[in-house]
Amino acid sequence: MLTLKTYNPRDWRSHPPYSFKAYGSSLKRGPLKKLVPLQQTLSEITGPLFSDIKLEPGEDDLTRNAGTGKEALGERIIVVGRVLDEDDRPVPHTLIDIWQANAAGRYHHPVDQHHAPLDPNFIGAGRCVTNAMGEYRYLTIKPGAYPWLNHPNAWRPAHIHLSLFGPAFVTRLVTQFYFPGDPLIPLDPIFNSVPTKKGRQRLLSSYAHDVTEPEFALGYRFDIVLRGRKATPFEGPQ
Amino acid sequence: MSKETPSQTVGPFYAIGLTRHPLSVMANDSTQGERIRIEGQVFDGDGVAIPDVLVEIWQANAYGRYHHPDDKQEKPLDPTFTGWGRSGTDPNCIYSFETVKPGSVPGNDESVQAPHVNVCVMARGMLVHAFTRIYFAGERLNDRDPVLKSIKNKARRRTLIASRDEQDGKTIYHFDIRLQGENETVFFDM
Repeated sequence: MLTLKTYNPRDWRSHPPYSFKAYGSSLKRGPLKKLVPLQQTLSEITGPLFSDIKLEPGEDDLTRNAGTGKEALGERIIVVGRVLDEDDRPVPHTLIDIWQANAAGRYHHPVDQHHAPLDPNFIGAGRCVTNAMGEYRYLTIKPGAYPWLNHPNAWRPAHIHLSLFGPAFVTRLVTQFYFPGDPLIPLDPIFNSVPTKKGRQRLLSSYAHDVTEPEFALGYRFDIVLRGRKATPFEGPQ
Repeated sequence: MSKETPSQTVGPFYAIGLTRHPLSVMANDSTQGERIRIEGQVFDGDGVAIPDVLVEIWQANAYGRYHHPDDKQEKPLDPTFTGWGRSGTDPNCIYSFETVKPGSVPGNDESVQAPHVNVCVMARGMLVHAFTRIYFAGERLNDRDPVLKSIKNKARRRTLIASRDEQDGKTIYHFDIRLQGENETVFFDM
């Protein structure tokens, strides 16, 4: 018998429910029937690793990766953090996809018709990979807040989208993080969809003066925790 | 012990970060196995096909081995095939993948799983991704598959079976995903 190393179950106290009344679009787009429990197999404990991925120089610098040779407008920020599992073990060499609005709160996307200026020098997309200690770092500009149609006078707080895979299909995570002190955060249904106060706090980055570079950019820290491996593996397939 | 970072929706603008480059063609001319196309639509609770949905799949190669160090089976790896793909939708709200039919992989307790593709669905309006699986119509192993058998409501098992079609000599499997409604697709807690 080979030992199959399975992962902890998804921690539903940490994640939003599929349907959250204050976020209108969620009501028709999430499963209503009870999820069917699935005991993890080889299919779930494996997943894409992107271990042969070669990032182009500058993919982790969103201020200069629009291909124009010029720099994006806005407040430069350095974002650092660690990707860990639930047992605080680093998740090394894992890919992070990043996307965000520009400094004026507009996305480089045809669906976004918010009448704020586009910045020709800002695409709003980047990638980075964690090092052996699970640490990552990228440079960008602070995104602006923007209006949306969820409810009257609705505004999304400034946020950056992140996509991670971790070591297995079950460790997939797509999230958004926010900036400390933003007055729009408590009004945001997407942020508020996280069921616990502690959970919501885990979506806030913190200002990191040790990361701030003099005469250049402000630093923010955002650590990410993915599902960890079960402590006691059970016997699996041959 | 730390707690998981909460999930948040991919939102309507995920294409900027996630589908700038095409990632839905998973097989090339040298890839081993039967070439197939998987395509379908994802429907919301009103039965409307969703344009801003993102579908990711993960599968074994034609021999039934995953491109991953924790798959220690003595089956061949195919250097041309990672088994992962991602698709947004076309103007008709159709997602699609060009891939190969996966081989069968072992299940737990010495069981055998029917060939299947693992699916992760994300969309604007989905605060958390949803996991499901695609099985293939007509596979003899489907009746013995431990995951399909674990779905107590037998009628719901059908929501995981892709139907087979041929167009211009190409094999196409259709797999629609219904997030809600009478024929809501089976989603897994795993």
